[in-house]
Amino acid sequence: MWGRLNWHAFNNGLVALGGQLTMLLALLAVAALLTYTHRWKWLWREWLTSLDHKKIGIMYLAVAVLMMLRGLADAAMVRTQQATSVGSSHGFLSPDHFQQVFSAHGTIMIFFVAMGLMFGLINLIMPLQIGSRDVAFPFLNSVSFWLFASGMILINVSLLVGEFSAAGWLAYPPLSELAYSPGVGVDYWIWALQIAGVGSLLSGINFLVTILRMRRPGMTLMKMPLFTWSVLNAMVLVIFAFPVLTATLLMLALDRTLGMHFFTAGGGGNAMMYVNLIWAWGHPEVYILVLPAFGIYSEVVATFSRKPIFGYTSMVWALMAISFLSYTVWLHHFFTMGAGADVNAFFGITTMIIAIPTGVKIFNWLFTMYRGRIKFVTPMQWFLGFVVTFSLGGMAGVMMAVPAIDFQVHNSLFLVAHFHTMIVGGVVFGFFAGLTYWFPKFFGFRLNERLGRYAFWCWFVGFLLAFVPLYILGLMGATRRLDHYDASLGWQGLFIVAGIGVMVIIAGAGFQILQLIVSIKQRNDNLDTTGDPWNGRTLEWATTSPAPVYNFALLPPVGERDAFWATKRRKKSDEEPVYEDIYLPKNSGFGFYIGVGSFITGFALIWHIWWLAPLGLLSVIACIIIRSTDEDTEYRISAAQVAKIEAGQEV
Amino acid sequence: MRKYSKRLVAGLVVLAFMVPLVFGYFHGKTLAVLAPKGQIAVKEKGLMELTVTLGLLVIIPVFILMFSFAWRYREGNTKAKYSPHLTGNLVAETVWWAIPIAIIGVLAVVAWNTSHSLDPHRPIASNGPAMPIQVVALDWKWLFIYPQQHVASVNYLQLPVGQPVTFTITADAPMNSFWIPQLGGQIYAMAGMTTQLNLVADHAGNYRGSSANLSGKGFAGMRFVARADTEQAFTKWVATARQSATTLDLAGYNQLAKPSENNPVHVYASVDPQLFNTIMLKYMGPERS
Repeated sequence: MWGRLNWHAFNNGLVALGGQLTMLLALLAVAALLTYTHRWKWLWREWLTSLDHKKIGIMYLAVAVLMMLRGLADAAMVRTQQATSVGSSHGFLSPDHFQQVFSAHGTIMIFFVAMGLMFGLINLIMPLQIGSRDVAFPFLNSVSFWLFASGMILINVSLLVGEFSAAGWLAYPPLSELAYSPGVGVDYWIWALQIAGVGSLLSGINFLVTILRMRRPGMTLMKMPLFTWSVLNAMVLVIFAFPVLTATLLMLALDRTLGMHFFTAGGGGNAMMYVNLIWAWGHPEVYILVLPAFGIYSEVVATFSRKPIFGYTSMVWALMAISFLSYTVWLHHFFTMGAGADVNAFFGITTMIIAIPTGVKIFNWLFTMYRGRIKFVTPMQWFLGFVVTFSLGGMAGVMMAVPAIDFQVHNSLFLVAHFHTMIVGGVVFGFFAGLTYWFPKFFGFRLNERLGRYAFWCWFVGFLLAFVPLYILGLMGATRRLDHYDASLGWQGLFIVAGIGVMVIIAGAGFQILQLIVSIKQRNDNLDTTGDPWNGRTLEWATTSPAPVYNFALLPPVGERDAFWATKRRKKSDEEPVYEDIYLPKNSGFGFYIGVGSFITGFALIWHIWWLAPLGLLSVIACIIIRSTDEDTEYRISAAQVAKIEAGQEV
Repeated sequence: MRKYSKRLVAGLVVLAFMVPLVFGYFHGKTLAVLAPKGQIAVKEKGLMELTVTLGLLVIIPVFILMFSFAWRYREGNTKAKYSPHLTGNLVAETVWWAIPIAIIGVLAVVAWNTSHSLDPHRPIASNGPAMPIQVVALDWKWLFIYPQQHVASVNYLQLPVGQPVTFTITADAPMNSFWIPQLGGQIYAMAGMTTQLNLVADHAGNYRGSSANLSGKGFAGMRFVARADTEQAFTKWVATARQSATTLDLAGYNQLAKPSENNPVHVYASVDPQLFNTIMLKYMGPERS
């Protein structure tokens, strides 16, 4: 009846029990709070069923922030294990548990933190930036979010029921095949990513169509803000890359559940094909994350230097060059697989070529500062921190692009340090810059600056402490993912420094949480009454903070780049605004139901509950059909109501 | 300004304490990749130095520009020029498209050439033929077969100094990566197929080898010693190995192949000459249950 699921699945030892209890207590606390404040209905009506892209964006951010705490806790466990498991001591985690922890860390940080922050920011800002009232497919947006959330819940359920994958964040076969990983761990990994991945693909389509079809008249492609440009590029990458992930995961799932042989070691399977396919998704994925971060830096530098971006056209072409090249380099993730010299050299050279447009972008950002009036608020600090880390990480990247060098550092902690430099120093710093920069637009008040600074310095110093030792350890021959090593190697000191670094980073995250709490408390001192707290340049600043449900009462005019900056310099007209009726999408619970159905399907497939899986899938299909037949999906805000709302805000 | 100079002093004091600490820490420790003991690793290290130098040609200007612009054009410095309409400069942009293109152009040639000259498949030029050694990654230990000497060892590799070696590598386990950093770069070990790695040890010594790719719960214990010593020492080692009480036939191999962790060094007096092929073929036919 319940497939592989039995009582043993709930018993995973003491360390896991700690995690389980923390999670359950947190859930209970939230539920109690909601009940106590009679907020369940509010939660359902205002949030869970909302099709407002801004609310969906905030939900993405909330999930991502929660998952970041989980991912950081995993990182702390990994670092503690490696700092203590030396010689005769074996640390506090068993090898299998340790491997589950780093697999979970990588998977969660990429799929549910970085992707979540990215989709959250895109949802919140991109439609505003192009002067639109919504995304192209508001319901699809909700479906995307709920698929993302259901993948996230699935991966966290693995902590309560059963186990997680111990095969690393990309689960290379044959290790991830049934022969070597017979448990449910890899299945959790597959189905959590499969569900979230479909959500990402739908988001990609949604945002691409939004950018292409819903810009204000006058905003030609070459007048779009650079954040929107970066999103356009990233979403094209999503659309090409995520189907590859879906197909690859499906094949691995078929191997594991139906005994097929796509990637097995024997029986005609070829594990090398998996490695190729997963990186054909995985490399573009890196750029899917980093391009929007590049877009954020472009906005931040221009705004706080009070100058237009330097070399806009170059910036756009650089984005497109990076996007194209990101599909031509996947093999550099496995130069060590023994392909011939010609193949390795080809992919090595395409990889280094990416350094050219990236370098151009850095110079253009720096020259945006040139002859500017730079205001060093926290978003700008994140940017400067990024230039430092990203340049160093980029140099390590160019080193590893040379195949003969890669042989000596691949799979070592040097590699681990490199990609953390790019993803923390590039992506995460960028998203933090964006969060601080746009926070007033989301919530109507600015974040506390002093605590933001503390957070930045903790992250930056912690980052250096955590990862510089890893570069050195890599050169000392330390490979990644070791649960134990000999004392005679002399690695322990560096591992301890790296562990301290992670603690400092966690302190940084602590400051960010404190910053949020303090800022909410002091919100009346930091209210953004103008809608334009930073003297911004782009259209998201042309409306109130937070933006009203319809984004713009009057759609803003666009004649040139930095449209809002231009508008501000023109004389204000004295004419009375003439409002029109505005149509917006009604709430819908079907996105939520589809998420629930997908979760049930995934859970049933993981545990081989064969009667439940088709039931879950059918419920998803039924939801889609019922929703598709619903023609009454919009509601009207009359011109008079708009006038009233707008007037109310002027008081 | 006072505030800044105080910070500077504090920074210098911290640095003054850090430098001896760091030097003290690294004293007597091996940065394996930077302490090569074979010509392949030596060349790979040289390549690293060249790449870092080329990279610094871009990074140093970037850092100088960043700090000087950030300082000069800070909001408080009203003496600095402010050009709110400056949107670009064709000449300047051409320069910073051109410089990275030139640097990467040079590096691309280097990458192409060294991908070929340091191709793991490429035999190392020497007077005599390379010595073959077969390597099998098992759950969770390394098996080394010396087909010419008809001996085998587990988690121990004896090499003659100056003698190029051709490793032919496979796995009877999940994918591993065979890596002896002081001798040269790594290559994957995969079931049902072989990869090749050509290395040579130019100096005597004990070099750490390990698996660089996650292969399951005993993976951290998949380390071995590669001992490079004289030709005579090698001959002597082979002779001692032949005295070993155990031989490696198929049955013995099947016993060895069972998952085990942190295996001690072991040598086999003789080895089934077809063993390596048998292991390979295990994965090449239809699946056996």
